[in-house]
Amino acid sequence: MHWIEGGRQAGGCLAIGFLLAPLASTLASAQSPSNAPPPAPPAVVRAAPRFAVVIDAAHGGADSGARLSDHLLEKDLVLTLSVRLRSMLSAHGIYVVTTRESDGAIPALNRAEAANHVGAAACITLHATTSGSGIHLFTASLTPIPMTRFLPWETAQGAYAEQSLRLSSEVDSAMTHAEIPVTLGRTALQPLDSFTCPAVVVEISPLSGTAHVTALSDPGYQDRIVAALAAAVEQWQRDWRQQP
Amino acid sequence: MISRGQRILFWTLLVSSVLMAVVLLRMRERAMDRLLASAETMPLNPPAGRPVQSVTMMMANDMDGSVQPATQNLALPVDANARAHVILQHLITNYARPNSKHPIATNKGVNEIFFMTLPLEPNQVVPGTVAVVDLSTSFVDAHPSGIEPETLTLLSIIGTLHANFPQISEVRFLVDGQQRDTLAGHADLTRVYLASDAPGVKHL
Repeated sequence: MHWIEGGRQAGGCLAIGFLLAPLASTLASAQSPSNAPPPAPPAVVRAAPRFAVVIDAAHGGADSGARLSDHLLEKDLVLTLSVRLRSMLSAHGIYVVTTRESDGAIPALNRAEAANHVGAAACITLHATTSGSGIHLFTASLTPIPMTRFLPWETAQGAYAEQSLRLSSEVDSAMTHAEIPVTLGRTALQPLDSFTCPAVVVEISPLSGTAHVTALSDPGYQDRIVAALAAAVEQWQRDWRQQP
Repeated sequence: MISRGQRILFWTLLVSSVLMAVVLLRMRERAMDRLLASAETMPLNPPAGRPVQSVTMMMANDMDGSVQPATQNLALPVDANARAHVILQHLITNYARPNSKHPIATNKGVNEIFFMTLPLEPNQVVPGTVAVVDLSTSFVDAHPSGIEPETLTLLSIIGTLHANFPQISEVRFLVDGQQRDTLAGHADLTRVYLASDAPGVKHL
C-alpha cells in the first residue's frame, strides 16, 4: 500500500524547520568563540498559507474520453475550459496549478502527485458527457477517515470528505445562481480518490431545456459554466480564510 | 463386359450417395436455422414449467441521476447464479429498448455471475457473499462514456442484485473474465463495491 503525507504543505515545511533548528544552533555554537553568548534561536516565521487551486482537465493524448460530437472530444473541451478557468482565476489573483496544459497523456498517479504537492485549498477535475442535463457534481464515494499525518494513497480523499462536500455545496450554489441545473452524486474515480485536498469533479453535459438543447460546444454555455466555477472558487476562498 | 449385378450395384451406390448429400445439406440448413433462432432469442428464454416470480429492477435515469425500483415478472431458474444472470440480463435488455431513460445500445450484457461466500468475521453471525459480475466486451464497448452514465449503470446492477439477493455484501466486476480499469473511461472497475452503498432508492 502506498502512503501520502496529509495536511497542508506548509505544515510539512514547518516540521522540517523545527527539526533543523537545533542542528543549526549546535553547528553555530561549535564555530563561535567559547566566551561568546549563545546565539538566539532562529525565529520560526509562520508564513500565511497560500490559497492555491488545482484544475485537472481529464483525459488527454490517446485517451480522448467521450466523443461529444463529430468534431468535439471530451479531452479537448475540458482542456479549453481548464485554460479559461485558469485565466479567470489568475486575473482575480488566485494561484492556479493545472495538471494538463496540452493534449498529452497524464497518468492518474502523476495528476494526484502534482495536485498533492501544491497543498491546494481546492481541486477541481473537469469532465464532459453527452448524457443527462446540466452539471453533474461528484465527490468521492469513499468512507470518511480521520485526518492523520500519513494517509493511504488509494483512499486519501476520505480524510477530506467533509471539506469536499462543503466545496461541492459552494459549486452547487454558484451553478444554481447561474441557472444551470445540478445533479449531485458520489463516484469512484481516479485520481479523485488520491487527492489530499477538498476536491470535486464537475462533469458538464448538454443543457436540455423545454424548447431546445444547448450543446456543449455553445460558447455562451461554456462562459456561464466557467464564470460560475470562478465565482464558486472565490466564495470558497473567502470561506477558507475564515477557517482556523 | 460388365455384369448386370455390377451395374445394379453401381447405380444403387450412386443414388445412395446423392441422397446422403441431400440429407446432409438439409441437416446443415436446419442446424444453421436453430443457431440463428437461439441468437435472436437472446438473452435467455424463460425456463419452461417454472413459476413466474416478481423481481425488483433498480432502473437508472440519466436526466435526474436517480435509480428507482421497478417490478417485473419473470420465470426464473432455481440455481441462484443462473437466476441472477437472468435478472441482470433482463435489466440490460430494458436499457437497450427504445425510449430508455438510460440508453445502452446492446442486448448482450452479462457473461456470467458467480456467488462466493466470504469467510466468517469474528462478530458476524451470517457470512457475507460476494457477487462477481462478468460483463461482456460488447456491453462495455457500447456503453456511453461519462461519469454519470457509468456510475448509474454500476449502481443499477449493484442495487438490482442487492434487492433480489439480500445476502450479497460485495460486488466485483470483470470484463470477459479479466480485470479492467474502468467501465467506459471513467467509473472504477478495479475496486470492490459494497452492496450497502445501493439502498432501495439511490440518488447519485
